[in-house]
Amino acid sequence: MAKNAKNTKNANSNSNDRYTISVLVENKPGVLARVASLFRRRNFNIESLTVGTTDRDDISRMTIVVNGDLRVVEQVMKQLNKLIDVIKVSDVTEKSVERELVLIKVKATSESRGEIVELANIFRGRVVDVSKDSIIIEITGDEDKIKAFINLMRQFGIRELARTGMVAMQRGEKVVSV
Amino acid sequence: MRGADAIVKALEDEGVKNIFGIPGGAIIEVYDALYDSGINHILTRHEQAAVHAADGYARASGKVGVAFATSGPGATNTVTGIATAYMDSSPIIVMTGQVPRSLIGNDAFQEADITGITMPVTKHNYIVTNPSELLHIIKEAFYIASTGRPGPVLIDVPKDVTVAEVEYNYPKKISIPGYKPKTKGHPKQVKRAAELIMESERPVILAGGGIILSNASEELIRFAELIPAFVVTTLMGKGAFPENHPLCLGFVGMHGSKYANYALTECDLVIAIGTRFSDRTTGRVDNFAPYAKIIHIDIDPAEIGKNVRVDVPIVGDAKEVLKDILKIIKYKKRKEWEDKISQWRRKYPLRYKNDGKLKPQYVIEKIFTIEPDTIVTTEVGQNQMWAAQYFKTKYPRQFISSGGLGTMGFGFPAAIGAQMAFPDKNVVDVAGDGSFLMNIQELATCVDFNIPVKVAIMNNQFLGMVRQWQELFYKERYSATCLRCKELRFDKIAEGFGGVGMVVEKPTEVEETLREAFEIRDAPVVIDFRVERLENVFPMVPAGAGLNQIIDG
Repeated sequence: MAKNAKNTKNANSNSNDRYTISVLVENKPGVLARVASLFRRRNFNIESLTVGTTDRDDISRMTIVVNGDLRVVEQVMKQLNKLIDVIKVSDVTEKSVERELVLIKVKATSESRGEIVELANIFRGRVVDVSKDSIIIEITGDEDKIKAFINLMRQFGIRELARTGMVAMQRGEKVVSV
Repeated sequence: MRGADAIVKALEDEGVKNIFGIPGGAIIEVYDALYDSGINHILTRHEQAAVHAADGYARASGKVGVAFATSGPGATNTVTGIATAYMDSSPIIVMTGQVPRSLIGNDAFQEADITGITMPVTKHNYIVTNPSELLHIIKEAFYIASTGRPGPVLIDVPKDVTVAEVEYNYPKKISIPGYKPKTKGHPKQVKRAAELIMESERPVILAGGGIILSNASEELIRFAELIPAFVVTTLMGKGAFPENHPLCLGFVGMHGSKYANYALTECDLVIAIGTRFSDRTTGRVDNFAPYAKIIHIDIDPAEIGKNVRVDVPIVGDAKEVLKDILKIIKYKKRKEWEDKISQWRRKYPLRYKNDGKLKPQYVIEKIFTIEPDTIVTTEVGQNQMWAAQYFKTKYPRQFISSGGLGTMGFGFPAAIGAQMAFPDKNVVDVAGDGSFLMNIQELATCVDFNIPVKVAIMNNQFLGMVRQWQELFYKERYSATCLRCKELRFDKIAEGFGGVGMVVEKPTEVEETLREAFEIRDAPVVIDFRVERLENVFPMVPAGAGLNQIIDG
């Protein structure tokens, strides 16, 4: 708690800071609704939210990316902790590997197709579908890489885009588990 | 046995003595099982009142209150009651019937997604999707409602689950991986708190409802006397510390006394216990206790640092933490501060004009002088604030009011709950003529079950608090606040229900009428006090102002 009190007064924290929170929850119906309802009623902004099971079937892991200052994020974490179905809440913003998977369908003519594939290769993307006038690329990476690649694709014309949202895991010894 | 029988047996095993509710199609099996049970069922006339009554029962007794309602409209009617209990951390269980599992999601007759609706206003809620989970859920619900920071828990039971065969093996113990309330304060923080207390020259204790919930009043009295520190309370904290104690400055905030608000503004240390620093208590946050360090003791970590900055946070149960701090602090004389406070007390007493007219403050003082042990519930608005100012609470759980949600219509059914918890006590609902109308149908319940609740209406024929704001801040443009009900005869209405009605128009009639009313032990009594219509609640800190920016009458 002492650490939290200090953080509350941290003058350097900015309202547009981005935090990544890992939440372990009981894999029960309604858990996602509880979390979503909490964010809405407390006026917290979610940038992305992903859910999947862990190595245990009865426990799911949510990765939530939120914007706000430290005070807000501390409130988010404390309020999440109050939900009965939430088992553990961890801030994994620091020193973590963050990845997202994106599928992009780009307009591709016989002239532009070569260039698109080349750019995808540079970003270690994979071509997963090719048709007469479009191409689907699968790319994974952190936020910056994905943003850069999407920007590059705009010139060709993005026809469709689907993102999984961010998952994250801290490097080294630290683990988020029950 | 039948699911319904298992429910009733489980409630018996939990020690439930009273249930407040209304039957209906989806919960009919449970009521059938209740027919053979020793549990007392109070049939209210509206589901909202059933939940308020369960809440009032819980607040008066410290035990978990239980309410029943059927599916659909029965369930949705409970929502205001549940939200009221949630905001004030009151331990109740609301059990609702639901349409059979096979019909859920089909918009069946009297179907409502009550778990979805109540998610933001319950501590937790359940829908029983499998009869084998039923008993486990009931056990968990009681545990969650009554431990940690208490709160309402709703259990939605589909009708076919109440018919299904269930083996009765009520769990003795449960473990919820995500719910482990912490009761013991961190020793390092406890030590830091003790250091700040010893250093302080002008300490003030801000006592909240958490002290009452944790039954920590005795510890609080020892704590305040040992330091010694003056005590101000929040509305929910009224009764946590005896208000006739020399160290008690009464309730603080928007309508607190001047001396209480000055003390909280000028102090150098706030010891806040079991309070969430609501805006009605703090006034403008950046003006709150500007010279003070703040120690905040609360069982809910999310309350710490939520509204005000905190120097020493202690997460734990008020009783446990106070016991720990008591071991390591010593008495220290603080003469200057004591003198300052007694000066404020002399200079700015709580007062009202005694000009021969019938004043609500006078009525409330009389209730207290005639029967000091009275349990007082309140409605919401001017009546509530006058009661908070002039009813000098002696013991915990004596003053019951909807603080957080501010629910008009709460006081009367809550009084029914309190009376069921303490059948021999004098229970008075201090009401307004606006609020009382919001659950007036419960007169029928009181007559039906011989519940001798007294309703003292401070009748000014206005929605008084809103009218007061309009007078002070909206150029006396009384938009929709005049109730124009001079002809409305509350005494006749009470009689029409089969209760007793009285009317008081002069101050000289107050005492005699109250004494007469308090003698009645088998029927509800409605006393219509025709008070001075334009009386305001003073002092007042306007919304959004600092606690020392006080308007006086």
